[in-house]
Amino acid sequence: MTLRSRLLVALAVLGAALVVVAGIALFVGSAALSPRAVARVLAGRAEAGSVESIVTLGLRLPRIAVAALAGGALAVAGVAFQGLTRNPLAEPSVLGISSGAAFGVVVAQIFGLGLTPLEALGVTAFAFAGALLAAAAVYLISAVPAGLSIQTLLLSGVIVGIFFSSAITVVISIVDFNRLGGVIHWLLGNLAPIPPASLAMFALLSLVGFVLIVGQARQLNVLALGEEAALQLGVDAERLKRRIFLGAALLTGTVVAFAGPIGFVGLIVPHMLRRVLGEDHRLLVPTALVAGGAFLLAADTIARNIVAPAELSVGVITAFCGAPFFIYLLRARGRAEA
Amino acid sequence: MTPLVEFRDVVFTYAAPARARARRFAFPSLAFSIDEGEIFGIIGPNSAGKTTLLRLLTRVLTPARGDILLDGRRVRELTRWQLAREVAVVPQEAPRPFPFTVEELVLMGRYPHAPRRFFEDAGDMAAAHEAMSATGTLALARLPLDQLSGGERQRALLARALAQGPRLLVLDEPTAHLDLRYQAETVELLRRVNRERHVGILLVSHDLNLASELCDRLLLLSEGEVVRVGTPLEVLEQTVLESVFGCRVTVDKNDTSGRPMVQVAWPSADRR
Repeated sequence: MTLRSRLLVALAVLGAALVVVAGIALFVGSAALSPRAVARVLAGRAEAGSVESIVTLGLRLPRIAVAALAGGALAVAGVAFQGLTRNPLAEPSVLGISSGAAFGVVVAQIFGLGLTPLEALGVTAFAFAGALLAAAAVYLISAVPAGLSIQTLLLSGVIVGIFFSSAITVVISIVDFNRLGGVIHWLLGNLAPIPPASLAMFALLSLVGFVLIVGQARQLNVLALGEEAALQLGVDAERLKRRIFLGAALLTGTVVAFAGPIGFVGLIVPHMLRRVLGEDHRLLVPTALVAGGAFLLAADTIARNIVAPAELSVGVITAFCGAPFFIYLLRARGRAEA
Repeated sequence: MTPLVEFRDVVFTYAAPARARARRFAFPSLAFSIDEGEIFGIIGPNSAGKTTLLRLLTRVLTPARGDILLDGRRVRELTRWQLAREVAVVPQEAPRPFPFTVEELVLMGRYPHAPRRFFEDAGDMAAAHEAMSATGTLALARLPLDQLSGGERQRALLARALAQGPRLLVLDEPTAHLDLRYQAETVELLRRVNRERHVGILLVSHDLNLASELCDRLLLLSEGEVVRVGTPLEVLEQTVLESVFGCRVTVDKNDTSGRPMVQVAWPSADRR
């Protein structure tokens, strides 16, 4: 089977999974709605303003969209950082880049930026700047003449993450709490419905990040041979690194701005895909977009319902899955190198 | 006839770190040429500049002055992928871990032929297939590189370079990590590639005897300067080698090939 048909089959399967998960997410929730009521709304036969209409179209549907977009973007960012650093453990939250973006969002909130589309763009700009700052810091700390070592990379990611988390705590302590509204809730990685126009902005920014990365997918494969070998095969390594870096930071910043710092999606999803599809980034990048969406949506549906009528943060679910996963990958890699 | 590769008074210096203990390395002025289809070896002691020379040719490094010509064209005026279509590098080793399969690795060699295309086409697949069959790696196509033996990995890397369809193969210490049997296989394979495809080979090696057996001509490099260029018989002379390497050597003749054979004249331990 050619690479093209493998990609199409994988996308079809994952797309179907996404639709199924989205369907389930639409029908379950803490509001007691009968499946029949939800179906009536979807068929357009419910009154506008009725409870089932508000819950389905105003709460569940936007939240499904946010979860799918955020999950897809995070998974693609994970693939990108892993390809760039040639390290399967690299991921926005592990590398501290989510924390940098979160700091940017907190700063933006001090200036009173909210969730209207234009303001959301402003928040994203701050988050993007924070993500770039954190990524640059990690890179500068861990880049030694011999190249990026895996341990140094992870350690500097942890340190940068701690630094920005502390900076966030400082800001929260100083600034009038009311101005920071739901920041605590948001910091835990909590998906909330956002207005359609902002949602469109979220989708557009994610698309830009995705295009930047998928356009370099073939080059990213070659980079696995090392930078010098990539140059000798005709890859413009500087441009490749710049685009991947910008794209992944943009995706991370956007997700953090619109949905919060949700961890480990970029670790779990790419690794499961690698198991099935292999290492080719031309398969991994597009499928990560769909699989990440389905994964985070499933996690969020669990988070919404497992302690109903209360609600868990989806970040808690991903962290509970992600932490053991990280340990497993670390040990497996240790064995491979031994 | 235009030589395939020509170094014209190439000057290069590594930017020295502020307080480096190592001496600044430099090519004061390097000039030599390699002919089409030739097997050309570069030998010399550690830090003579052998690998630097390869990096200059493949544009990983840029000379301060002088020109490097590929078939009469200036290397620095070619795009990277134009250069990669004509000059293919076989590295000493693939990075580890390297999770791609042999086939995926070999197909990477097709990148310079269509850098803007997302998927490989039928022509790329055919070229990769042919390169794998020439190197005896076809049966390994679906295996991850990490599962192969040293010799198999070397052949897979060679297949990737052949898939580039180059006019010159560049090898940096091709036998450094191989035991005797794989060394012999590699030499045999390189000879065949050179003969059947008329691909030129530029080889950097520590192994003077390998270079002597395999190469049409040798360049002896010492501290960035050309000591001698010529046939193995002309270059591998006892007095020259002793002054360049700074130790006693003996040079014999290989009875089967008639090529010079170099050995260190070990200072004897038992007679004081």
